[in-house]
Amino acid sequence: MDKVIVAKDLSLSYSNNETIINKANFSVSSGNFVFITGASGSGKSTLLKSLYGALKPKQGSLIVGGVELARVSRSKLNFLRRHIGIVFQDYKLVKEWTIDKNIMLPLLINGYVKSVGSNQVDKLLRHVRLNHQSGKFPLELSGGEQQRVAMARALAHNPILILADEPTGNLDEYSSQLIWNLLEGANEQLKTTVIVVTHYIPKTLNIDYKHFHIEYGNIHEIC
Amino acid sequence: MKSVKNHLSLVIALLSILFSMQVFIMAERSIEAYKVNLANNYSIIAVSQKQLKSNEILSINKIILKAQELSPDSVIKRLSSDMKSSNVELLKLTLPKFYKITLAYYPTPQEIKQLRNDLLNSTAITKVEDFSHTHDTTYKLLLLFKNIVTIFAAVVLVVTILLIFKELRIWQYKHNERMSIMGLFGAALWLRSAVLFRLAIVDALIASFLAFGIFTYLSSSIWIKEQFEYIGINIVIFNPIDDFLMILGVAMSISIILASLIVLGHKEEA
Repeated sequence: MDKVIVAKDLSLSYSNNETIINKANFSVSSGNFVFITGASGSGKSTLLKSLYGALKPKQGSLIVGGVELARVSRSKLNFLRRHIGIVFQDYKLVKEWTIDKNIMLPLLINGYVKSVGSNQVDKLLRHVRLNHQSGKFPLELSGGEQQRVAMARALAHNPILILADEPTGNLDEYSSQLIWNLLEGANEQLKTTVIVVTHYIPKTLNIDYKHFHIEYGNIHEIC
Repeated sequence: MKSVKNHLSLVIALLSILFSMQVFIMAERSIEAYKVNLANNYSIIAVSQKQLKSNEILSINKIILKAQELSPDSVIKRLSSDMKSSNVELLKLTLPKFYKITLAYYPTPQEIKQLRNDLLNSTAITKVEDFSHTHDTTYKLLLLFKNIVTIFAAVVLVVTILLIFKELRIWQYKHNERMSIMGLFGAALWLRSAVLFRLAIVDALIASFLAFGIFTYLSSSIWIKEQFEYIGINIVIFNPIDDFLMILGVAMSISIILASLIVLGHKEEA
């Protein structure tokens, strides 16, 4: 299987120079479902940020989708991000846009015609069971519904990789289950590589997954 | 309603800049027209013991536009009732020559002083009356008016620039989140900034057309025309083509600079 992510001696730190991730070596193959766990402040979200290029490696090499993120140009990073879907704990929806426009965003960035995009948005809204909420603004929806919109947005452009940062952190059990089902579906049906940063791994998952645990800046592959 | 609010603050700030700029231009035009008017009505009297040619006087200082000999008839007429006609003719020959000197433009007090010296330095001219006191008073009034208008325009400019910078911070806050989210999905800079530039251009157009409407109305106002007629000047208050293009250019430049500052100041979330 092709490698979607390859990290060699990867070290990450913020501007204060305190090393968060220290000389990590790991790889993720295409179609893998990966959980990254660790205590609060262990560097899970920092690692995820580095995967979509928001934080440059301090040392070592990090290749995502064939792009070396240690020395990446802005245009190449934009190109990579057009093939990644990201889901955040705080949803990061544009509040002044309708949920339809939010879902349409990656399609417009990828150059889809508006009419094609609209059809795709309708399909996705049905997929995340929000077709009855079409035309509404994010703040008119509950937290669980907003996260489903964020999921639909992450899936809209059929990305090669979905990165999710504690996607169920703010949600109740019902909404969390819906999100896990959506992530599982994307991985099983579309063969999308999924990487989820989380505090706990749901027991209801019916798929094989990889599990990385971060402790004291080191990444351990559990299974 | 929300959309109107989005536009209103920048439109008002732009409109006040455009308004003060056009008022300043109007004041400049009025002052220039009034100066021409004053120059036409203002003249200096030079006295000479011998007959001078017009060219001789014109060569003394380049500010001199025209020199015209004044006829002594009106003076002599008052004395002639008690005099013989032969004596009147003799008097005419002995009287000095008076010249009315018209100037090319309304001079500054320094230029008047220089002209007076130049005329007196000429051997033929013995006396000069420059009515400098009247000139000085009018010139100072003109200068005062011009300074008041300049100060007014400068104050409005400073206040509106402060307003615009406040607006910039609000815009930065409002647009930062959307631009960051778009960046997360790989939107190029132009696409992330497109909404901002569209908003800036629309606001510049709204402010320009509002200014166009206000000044077109003012320029057709009979009351304003009457005010200018009272002081004997006729100016173009608002030129619908030249002035509108200038207003549009200024409004566009300000809002595009504003949008560019926001885009350049945008920092992506890390």
